[in-house]
Amino acid sequence: MLASIRPDSWNLPLFVHVIGAMMLVGGLLVASTSVMVARGEARVLRIGYLTMLAICLPGYLVMRVGAEWTYSREQLGDAPDDPAWVGIGYITADAGALLLLIALILGGFGLRRLRGGGTGMLRASLVISVVLLAAYIVTIWAMGSKPT
Amino acid sequence: MGLNDWLIALHLLSAFALAAAIVLFWVVIVVVRRTDLPEQVASAARLLPVGSVTVAAGSIGVIVFGIWLAIALDEVKVWDGWVLAAIVLWAISTEAGRRADPEFDPCVTRANELVAAGQTGPDAELAELARTRTGLLLHAVSTVAVLLILVDMIWKPGA
Repeated sequence: MLASIRPDSWNLPLFVHVIGAMMLVGGLLVASTSVMVARGEARVLRIGYLTMLAICLPGYLVMRVGAEWTYSREQLGDAPDDPAWVGIGYITADAGALLLLIALILGGFGLRRLRGGGTGMLRASLVISVVLLAAYIVTIWAMGSKPT
Repeated sequence: MGLNDWLIALHLLSAFALAAAIVLFWVVIVVVRRTDLPEQVASAARLLPVGSVTVAAGSIGVIVFGIWLAIALDEVKVWDGWVLAAIVLWAISTEAGRRADPEFDPCVTRANELVAAGQTGPDAELAELARTRTGLLLHAVSTVAVLLILVDMIWKPGA
């Protein structure tokens, strides 16, 4: 029941958008869980970081491409102002891209530092994934309920 | 916001929880299949309780709010073909996922036993348990069923 009946031409872009978003949120769940259950153990933190790199990053790109494709098909840009739910989507997607990038760079350095025994940077990188997960839960709620 | 708006939002959030848990289980499966080290398997297994809670919440939420929506919305009926197809696919996904879970239990138990005994080196039995084909197949079936639900929800064949 993802949405009401819509023109067929909107379906594929929406599918691409949703599948990317599901990958992104799934990867963020893994990354967030890893920092919560790791208790400082580098092995678990490493799983979280590599998941962000291998699943969240491609998931984000697919989600974003699907979002723009859907936006153009639905001709939402023709309206003078975007609906609130589109605005929420753009804010969390753009700010989320920046945070994801920071997390990946920070985690990349953190991964190198693991050899020296320090897990601080890797943990900080994964804490960002918790923030991102919370933001995307709000976004999913907005996409579903479409508040005005 | 009306009741139906909340139902759609909760249905969608449940669907994302279900999909996210499936991703989490895939990550654990990939990690344990690529190693024969007990500590590595035990570390990955620490993610599983969160996955179990999330998949349960997602599975129950998606069906409860989905059927509630089908009853609440005038343009949708529970007996519509695409709604029935989604319910059947949900049942297949849930049952396959439920059966996949115990297939990986012996691997996690063996890893925890080895770690508790201080054995950190590679273990052939652990590697064999981690590479369960039945568990992998059942999880793949569950994943494909969820993907088909998504296709069904978006294209709504026959609607």
